[in-house]
Amino acid sequence: MAEIRVDHLRKAFGEFVAVQDSSFTVEDGAFLALLGPSGCGKTTTLRMIAGLELPTGGTISLAGEDVTYKRASERDIAFVFQLFALYPHMNVRRNIGFPLLAQGVPKAEIRTRVEETARLLQIDHILDRPVSGLAGGDRQRVALGRAIVRRPKCFLMDEPLGTLDAEFREVMVRELRELHNRIHATTVYVTHDQIEAMAMADRIAVMNHGVIEQFGTPQQIYDRPASMYVADFIGSPPMNFIRFDAGLPKGARTARIGAAEIEMPALRAEVAPGALALGVRPEHIRFSDASPLRGAIYGTEYLGTNQIVTVETQGGLVRARLPAGQSYRIGEPVGLSFKSERLSLFDARSGRVIPSVLHEGALRREARHG
Amino acid sequence: MSAANSAHSVVEPGAASKRIAATLVILYAVITLVPLVWIFLTSIKSPPDSISYPPKILFTPSLEGYCNLFTTRTRQTPEYIAALPEPDGICDAVTRKRNMVIAGPSNFLPRFANSLIIAFGSTFLAVGLGTLAAYGFSRFKVPLADDLLFFILSTRMMPPIAVAIPIYLMYRQLGLSDTAIGMMLLYTAVNVSLAVWLLKGFIDEIPREYEEAAMIDGYSRLQAFRKVVLPQATTGIAATAIFCLIFAWNEYAFASLLTSGSAQTAPPFIPTIIGEGGQDWPAVAAGTTIFLVPILVFTILLRKQLLRGITFGAVRK
Repeated sequence: MAEIRVDHLRKAFGEFVAVQDSSFTVEDGAFLALLGPSGCGKTTTLRMIAGLELPTGGTISLAGEDVTYKRASERDIAFVFQLFALYPHMNVRRNIGFPLLAQGVPKAEIRTRVEETARLLQIDHILDRPVSGLAGGDRQRVALGRAIVRRPKCFLMDEPLGTLDAEFREVMVRELRELHNRIHATTVYVTHDQIEAMAMADRIAVMNHGVIEQFGTPQQIYDRPASMYVADFIGSPPMNFIRFDAGLPKGARTARIGAAEIEMPALRAEVAPGALALGVRPEHIRFSDASPLRGAIYGTEYLGTNQIVTVETQGGLVRARLPAGQSYRIGEPVGLSFKSERLSLFDARSGRVIPSVLHEGALRREARHG
Repeated sequence: MSAANSAHSVVEPGAASKRIAATLVILYAVITLVPLVWIFLTSIKSPPDSISYPPKILFTPSLEGYCNLFTTRTRQTPEYIAALPEPDGICDAVTRKRNMVIAGPSNFLPRFANSLIIAFGSTFLAVGLGTLAAYGFSRFKVPLADDLLFFILSTRMMPPIAVAIPIYLMYRQLGLSDTAIGMMLLYTAVNVSLAVWLLKGFIDEIPREYEEAAMIDGYSRLQAFRKVVLPQATTGIAATAIFCLIFAWNEYAFASLLTSGSAQTAPPFIPTIIGEGGQDWPAVAAGTTIFLVPILVFTILLRKQLLRGITFGAVRK
């Protein structure tokens, strides 16, 4: 097992820059999710770590060794493909044993190690079946088996659950995380599904247009998004943005939006006058008749334990996650109050967050990572 | 699964339409088989039966055609023949009835062997080269790939025989006239374009992930090609091989122009049989019947791959 260090990695396909200047470190045994929409460069980043794509610039090191321009076969890594890429002309046993065959492991040892791996993944009963007839989940497990059988330095997974149906995906998310807890392999996992990333990863790198927007723990990413993009991408429904124009001094604890004076975490920087956006998670909104921030009910979505209530305000539509008990009429006027210590303030022009008390812990931690 | 019931799905045909289809297929098969059956029947007729009019449907089968195909014979006086010891085998007996004796083996076997060597050899070369070239075009950034592929295709745009005279002159200069290697090269050159185009289609269908997986699993690209790509391309390779073999096996024009002696193939040889001792149609038919066998066997052996190959990977996944 090993640490993966990516330094100023860059990849251009002709004019198109797929990855620009990415730097991050995956600690030994950690589970990193590269999260972002399609075309954001996450798969390209993964393929460069694997050696399937050569970078245009920057370096990649595995366990302290520079592997930037090494062949995939020399890197001692395992890769789980989106469509699994199980060799169709081989049965399950030969598929899992194929990497060991390349290393010249003796036949008897291949046999025992394949069987060990199959037991770990609970696929020992299908070892002699052809892979073509397997169900999605079993294909997935065979692909994992082929990856873990030779105990590589790290695992790279490219949306391995993308083709499974939703119900089964949850099962596999749990299995993958359990597997990780058991073998502690350094893992880089590419996904566009925030729920998968949040559920499995120790660290998440949110990517957009070839840039890592934020690198942090799932909690940091959710509670303290570094940009409006991250805030909007993570969370369902995403963070609300209440847009307003203002200039604020360093240390400000309130912002005036229309008639309302909204409390928020004290700012750690001065804000020049301009367009700002106050970020509020739906679960940090409550209705209070006394609040000067007014709106009218626009619609509701019932979700069982709670409901999403959309409110039309002067600053646009705001969605609140509220207990399911209360029912609302469309058009009914309401006042909104926010959980002030959890609010984020963004510079609406650059999209970046304005540092506040909320970020103190996170900033220190990120500085240590950088 | 619900998609299977939608309007665009393939509907299982009803019993009546199946019966109509079967009737049509059988009818077509019978019509196309008539000449083949006629050739086979002619090959087991005696020479007088073969030219009788109206044609005989019922006749006494004879091996004379096959005997005449494999032997050369000389006419002898009845006294000489009567003085000979007991006939040695059927052919001896048949020949003596016509007042002839077997003088020696005919050229049919060596010509047939030439056909086998040249057709299978050129097929092997064309498919081998074609597979490598197709893999290269499919997987690597080849400079001017489209132009090269068009160039390769363009070699088939005029009938090969249009270049017969230049090739004849070239081959004479190079000493390749009437050599097996020359014919093999020629058929390879004609077939390789077909092979590249067909195989590129098949290899494009094989997802790159398989090779990438193999390379990550610790194999070199060549090993990945051999252990992962080739086994999956067998369908396409088999289909391509049959097309190439059929061309090389049946080719007549170049063979009659460029070969006359030691490297002559069966197609130009078979018609010459007829000239030896009258209208020997049974011998010609026997030669044709035997000539049909290798392609038939090869096609039957590969029919599974061929059938799957004809769908061009449409049913993958």
